[in-house]
This record gives sequence, C-alpha cells and structure tokens, in this order.
Amino acid sequence: MSTLIAPPQPRKPWVATPKQRLSSVGIYLASALVSYLLVAVTPMKGKLAYFAIFFFASLIIDFVRSYMQRGIASAKDAVARGFVSVGMTLAVFPIFSILFQVVKRGYKGLSFGLFTHDMSLTSPSDPIANGGLIHAISGTFILVAIALIVAMPIGILTAIYLTEIRGKFAKPIKFLVQAMSGVPSIVAGLFILSAYVYPVTGALSGFAGSLALMILMIPTIARTSEEVLLLIPPDLREAGVALGGTQWRTVALVVVPAAKSGLVTALILGIARVAGETAPLVLLTGGGEKVNSNPFSGPMGSLPMYIWKCFGQGSEQSIARAWTGILVLLVIVLALFTMARFLSERKVSK
Amino acid sequence: MTLLENKSSNIPAPREITTKPRFSDKVFRGVVTAGGLSSLAILGLILIYLTYQGYDVLKSQGFSFITGSAWNVFTDDAGNIDYTQTKFGIAAMLIGTILCATIAVLIAVPISVLTALYLSFYAPSGIRKFLVAVIDLMAAFPSVLFGIWGFFVLMPSAEYWGKLLHKFFGFLPFFNMQVPVFTRSPFVAGVVLAIMIIPIVTSISREIFGQTPLDRIQAAYALGATRWAMIKAVVIPYGRSGVVGGAMLGLGRAMGETVAVYTVLNIVYQINWQVLLGAGGNVASMILLKFGEAGPGEIKALMAAGLVLFILTLIVNSIADLIVKSSGGKGR
Amino acid sequence: MDKTTTKPSSLSDVAAAKQKKVPGGQSLGVGLEARGVHAWFSGKHVLDNISLDFWSGTVTALIGPSGCGKSTFIRTLNRMHEFIPGAQMAGEVLLDGKDIYESGTDVTKIRLKIGMVFQKPNPFPSMTIAENVLSGLKLAELKTSNKDELLEDCLERAGLWSEVKDRLNAHGGSLSGGQQQRLCIARSLAVKPQVLLMDEPCSALDPGSTLKIEETINHLSSSMTIIIVTHNMQQAARVSDYTAFFLSDGGPGSMIEVGPTSEIFSRPRDTRTENYVTGRFG
Repeated sequence: MSTLIAPPQPRKPWVATPKQRLSSVGIYLASALVSYLLVAVTPMKGKLAYFAIFFFASLIIDFVRSYMQRGIASAKDAVARGFVSVGMTLAVFPIFSILFQVVKRGYKGLSFGLFTHDMSLTSPSDPIANGGLIHAISGTFILVAIALIVAMPIGILTAIYLTEIRGKFAKPIKFLVQAMSGVPSIVAGLFILSAYVYPVTGALSGFAGSLALMILMIPTIARTSEEVLLLIPPDLREAGVALGGTQWRTVALVVVPAAKSGLVTALILGIARVAGETAPLVLLTGGGEKVNSNPFSGPMGSLPMYIWKCFGQGSEQSIARAWTGILVLLVIVLALFTMARFLSERKVSK
Repeated sequence: MTLLENKSSNIPAPREITTKPRFSDKVFRGVVTAGGLSSLAILGLILIYLTYQGYDVLKSQGFSFITGSAWNVFTDDAGNIDYTQTKFGIAAMLIGTILCATIAVLIAVPISVLTALYLSFYAPSGIRKFLVAVIDLMAAFPSVLFGIWGFFVLMPSAEYWGKLLHKFFGFLPFFNMQVPVFTRSPFVAGVVLAIMIIPIVTSISREIFGQTPLDRIQAAYALGATRWAMIKAVVIPYGRSGVVGGAMLGLGRAMGETVAVYTVLNIVYQINWQVLLGAGGNVASMILLKFGEAGPGEIKALMAAGLVLFILTLIVNSIADLIVKSSGGKGR
Repeated sequence: MDKTTTKPSSLSDVAAAKQKKVPGGQSLGVGLEARGVHAWFSGKHVLDNISLDFWSGTVTALIGPSGCGKSTFIRTLNRMHEFIPGAQMAGEVLLDGKDIYESGTDVTKIRLKIGMVFQKPNPFPSMTIAENVLSGLKLAELKTSNKDELLEDCLERAGLWSEVKDRLNAHGGSLSGGQQQRLCIARSLAVKPQVLLMDEPCSALDPGSTLKIEETINHLSSSMTIIIVTHNMQQAARVSDYTAFFLSDGGPGSMIEVGPTSEIFSRPRDTRTENYVTGRFG
C-alpha cells in the first residue's frame, strides 16, 4: 500500500562520500610529496623519475592503507586499480600529445592561400606562405572517390552475401575478408604495380593508386556493412517475404533502406581508412605538384604524398609544410569519423 | 482403426520442400555471390602476380632469399641483372620486421589489456564513452602522422629511455651495444608501432571483456569478491584466448607497417639484434626505400620480398582470426 | 511430528504438514531486518517502503506475481542492487543491528555474511567441483585450517557429497542442472554466511531436483536465516516458516502481508493475499 506521506529521497549509499574521496586525494598528495623528496635527494631525475616514483609511492601507500582497513583482498584490489589506471593513462596520453603537437606545429602554415595554390611554382625552402595544397586535396578527393566507386558495390554485395544469402561460401568469404584487411598497404601497391601499371599502362597514374586504395577499402566497408545488416531484425525480412516479395526485392526495397544510415557509416569509415594511406601512393601515383584532374595520366598529388615529399625535402620550411599538411589531413579524417559516429548513433536511437 | 493403433503404425517420412526460384532471384544470387567471391579473387590475384613477378629472383636465389642478408645488385652493360653475382637476401629485414613487431606487441598488449579492463569495469559511464570515442579515433590516424610525430616528438624521449635501459639492463644481450648510437633504433620503431596498435588491441579486448557472461560476474560478487578478484576469477579465464587473438592481430598490423617505420628507423642492411642500436629495418620499409632507384630486375626482387611479407602477414592474421573465433576454451 | 495422514487438499494443509520447528530452538534473534526499504531504477519507483524482520533459524518465503519487486528487494539485502546502472535506494538493512549501507562499510565483507543463490545455476566453468566450492575463500582471500574438511562439510550440507565425492576434480559444468544448483549452494556455504538469499533457485530445475533442494533448505535452516523468493506457492508452503506477500498495482511494489506460512495460506488477513493464494489471479 502506498504510504500517504511522500516517499523518501532516493540515495546511492554505495557511491564514495566526499570524505572517502578526500582520503584518496590525500594519497596522491602524499605520493607527490614522496616523489618530490626522492627526486631531490637521490640521483634519479627527470619527468620519468617523477612519474615512476609517484606511481609506485601511491601504490604502496594505497596497498598499506587498504590492508590495514580491510585486509589483503582489498589491498590487492587497490594495487590492481593502480595498474589499470596507469595503463589507461599510458594509452591515452599519446593521443593528446599527437593532437597537441600537430596543432602546435601545423597551424603556422594555415592560410587562405593554402587552399587556392599548389606547389608547382614553389621550391622547398620558400617561406611557407608560398604555395598551397589544393592539388593535394583535390588529388586525395579524386583518388578516394574512384576507389569508393569500385569498393562500395563489392563491399556491400559481400556483406549482403554474408547476411542474406548465407550460401556455402559464407565461411570462406568471411575468412578472406578478414585476411584482406591484414594485407600490408605496400603489398597492395606492389600488386597493382605488377598487375596494372607494368602490363597495361607502363606509367604511374592516379587510377593505379585508386586501385590499391580499393583493396584496402573493401574489407572495412564489407565488415561494417555486415555488422549493420545483422542489426536489422529478421521480422522485417519475414514481413517482406510474407507479402510475396522475392528475395532480391525484399533485400533491395526493405532491408537496404532500413540499413541506409549504417551503410553510409560503412562508406565513411572506408574513406577514413584510406584517406591517409601513403605507401601505395608512393609506388603508384608519382605525387604531382599541380592539380591534375585526369586520373588516368600524369602524376597525381595527394595529401599523404604532399606530406611525404615535404618531409623528405628536409628544409625547415618544408617540414613546417608537412605538419600543416598533417593538420589538414587530420581535420578531414576527424570530420569523417565524427560524421560516421553521429550517423550510427542516430540509427541506434531510432 | 482406433487412435491407439494409428499411433504406433507408420510415421511418414518428412516431405522435401522445394520451390522453383524466380529468375530475378537467380540473377540476384549470382551477382551477390560474385561480389562476395571477389575478395577471394583479389587475394588470389595478389598471390599470383607477385609470384609471377618475383619468380626469376626466387628461382635464382633459392632459399637464400630468406636466409641471406646481403643485397648486392650487379648488372651487365645492357642493364640486365647478372644473376650469377647478384645476391638478394632479406633475412636482415625479416628479422627486423619480427623484432620491431615483437617489441611493439610486448609494449602494447599489457597497456591495451589494462586499458580495456579500465573501460569495461572501472570507468564511470561518461568517461567510458569519451575514452572509447578517443581511442577509436586514434585507430584512424594516418600512419604517416605516427612516423613524423615519432621522429620529431618521441625520438628524444625514446632515446633517453634507451639510454636508461642500456644503463641498467645492458648485461642482457639485447640491450648491449658496442657503438652508442641510440637514435632511430628498432626500439624506437617498436615504441611507435606499439602506440599505433594500442587502439586495435584495446578495442578487441574491450569487446571480449564485454561479452563475459553477467551471471558469472554476479556469482563472484555475491560471494564477496572484490573487483580485482572477480576479474581474475571470471573475466580473465573467459577472455584469455580472445585477447591473444587480438594481440596477434596487432602483431600482423605491426609487421606490415611501412611509413612509420621508414621515418623512425635507420635502415641499415645487416642483421641487428641489438634493439637499442640505431640500425635495422623491416621488409616493408626496405621495399619503399629501394623502390625509388630500382631497375626492372631489382623491382622483381622487391616483388619477391613483398610476396614473402604478404604470406607472413597472411599466416599471422589467419592464426589470429582462428584464435579469436574459437575463443571458447576452458573459460567457456 | 505433526504430519497429517490425509492427502493435503489445500496449501494450508501443506503448510501445516511441514515439520514444525522444535520450540526453544527457534528465535535465535533477529538475523536481518529491512526498515523502510525503497528502490528506484533511473528515477522509476519500483519498491515502496518494505519493512520486514527475518529471524535467525527460519525460512521466509517472498511470494507474489511477476514484476512486483521481489527479486529487486532481495538484491537490496546483499547490496547487489547497486550494480544496475541508474539504481537508487532508501531505507536501511540491518545485519546484527548494523546498517549494511552505512557509508564506509566494506561491501565485500557484507556479501560474505549474506550469501546468494541465483535462479540460473552459475558454477565457474573454468574450475573443478572442489575449486568451485572453495572459490569463495580464494576470492575473498580467506584462510582456512582444513580445506578438505570444509569441502566435505559444505557439499554434505548441500546434499551433494554422496554424488560427487569420487569426482571432485571433474569440471564444474559437467553436472546436471539440479546438481549444479546444489554446487552453487555449497559454494555459498563455504564462506560461512549468516543469511542465505535464494532468488527462485528451483525455477530452472526439474521436480526431482527441486525436491532435493527443498530438503537442503530444510536442513540448512537450523543454522542460518534463509530468504527465498519463489513463484511456486506450493514450494513456499512446503519450505518456509514465514511468508511475505508482495504486490504491485502498476506502481511500486509493496509488501501486503507477512505472517507464519500456515496462517498466510489458511487465514490471510488481506483480501488480496487471499485472492492470490487461492489462485484467483497471478
């Protein structure tokens, strides 16, 4: 029977109280003090010494405190917690370092001219305000677009085979897709070199680069599409078939539209995967200095090649240009990734 | 005939249910199957073309292609390869590949497993969402970025760590060295590769830990286990083989990495076990390096090298795949 | 012993036929007390003001239709409720007079004293039978002077010793469903709890295993407090000394009535209880 007085306020008595949190802070302060002292007194120096001593000091203090309060099981738990936190920090720290460095070293080269000029008239030691990377951006765009045109149907068809038809090749195909995702990018480059460039055209071109990118793209698109198609509930297919639809109509008109945003996510992830690939482009595209809108003839520039060449040139200005190129590339990849996440989240909440 | 009699007499055999497939469905199946088999086709073609191109070299060098470590090209006046004198051996690079990848895995796997444990069992939900997004993002960073960042930003610190390792552990054969050159060593390459593969291994480990059956976790807690005791008793036995599979996938990725290693490692053409010494190389970066100046004959040798690398990564990835798939084992 | 010789024709007969406790051996004091317990899931109020005393040495059954909060309530008693994201509670649960939710309490120690057996048997598959029974000790880093003695004692009390004594090193998963559940009971006993919570322990088992487990519950009840959630009213009548009836009218679940089992089934005070135990709904 509900009481006539209002029910009491809900609480979470298991959550750490401010007093408990304070004692944790106390541990960190004590460890910081210990590390400070030890560094001042012993020959150990440097950031590494600080962090290492801090970590071990906090482990020992936490261990002793837990042992005295709650026994050995709790003490081991405290030590485990320490290691897990350190592992997480070590994994995440490089990301922030990389992002910070890219912005710090690359933003100086940012200018409007970056997006309107190319490098055909600039020499490596020209100041960074000269030249631009419009050829690189357009090149990457063309390369990726062509690769996508071929990779998209193959990837999605593969996913449809695995989820809708599930024929007797399903297991081998799944295995092969996985194997294909492990092909080193330079091997893909060598393959296109030997299968297309040497026998057919004899010259480097953007199209050859696209072919290599396609090989790297297909597994990503296939795998993500497969996951997305598997999420579509079987009732939907049953409803389509029960209405008298053939299998292909059910797939084309019911399943695929239902998975639309997920498939777009798959494509975006495929694009993000290859946008930064360098090795095959070094072998196959020649890395031109000016905008080339013909993928079938002439060297084609791209962002990774631009970065690679600038880095190779070695002068202070070209290195700065390389960092700026990385910054632009990173922004593009980040934007693609965020778009993909946004789309997939929307689908889930639907 | 009574009901009882009917029951014990013949049970009919099940009927075969067939339907005549419509033409459009047949076409559909055909097209989709072709698309699906294309990955088989592509992999097969890669194998064929690389073998075809590298055949001459492999034939003339035989086994010493893999075991020899000299790479000396002799051409006659017409520019053709003189196969009697030329030696192509990728042993040094193969060892370098394995060495750098092993260092990467040794560094990355503990960090990744700890991170995955943190994300699965320790992180509050807001932090977890953020960190998962961040780590997945790192998986998308282009490898050239890692190479350049590694060269400019990480190298000084890595050099310092190398010096520390040499100072305290120099008695171990790996860390011993005659010439104190610490920059651009396999160790530094290993560290950069480790940072590159951490997102992958963390992601796989996290998925596996997330699949641990909830009722076992609850049973452990109900018995009065601390969080770590529960992890040790339930999560680790369950996820052990899956994590191994993930580690091998990371290994495969590290073995095939090209540009990151190229920028960070000083490619020297001899076998080098001293990981702190600034010399080494891996097959992928060697191919990249030699490609620029290679004549047609040498290119064939590079193709052969690519073939070896391809087969190697294929084997590692297949084993990894098998392990992850069958991550049933005692824990299950 | 008060066994009726006629076939029981109603639940009240079943309850009356249950072997009565020896007077004077009962009431070792209050083992566990719930005072004004409320529970929420993400803001939704699911348990309303539950106050119950559980006496030592007794078996209390919690009955009621599905979804009225019985399982939620039992999980507030050993602090398993807080694992669900968005869970909140109010009120107190007193073990030996001390609130288990008091700030600063070591929750792992609480769970050693208040054990739990789940609906689906969940032995650890990577451990042998012997290791499973003793796993609680390993997890809590407890020491014991004689492992084998403890092992035999727990398996004996759980009614499993004779069936597994020759294969203690077999895998935990190699037993039948009923045996696995008794293994889980033995596992909970090894850490010497004062209270044993059982969340529909027999609902996944066949009648034969169910009977064996009910025998086990009977044996165990003399030395600890047992609280059992059950859907099966006949089981409640067979096994428990006290019964509490839970009900929810679409809002939060609350406890309608509690009393000695025989009275709940023969002379319930509340009409709703009467309707439920006579089968008019639920």
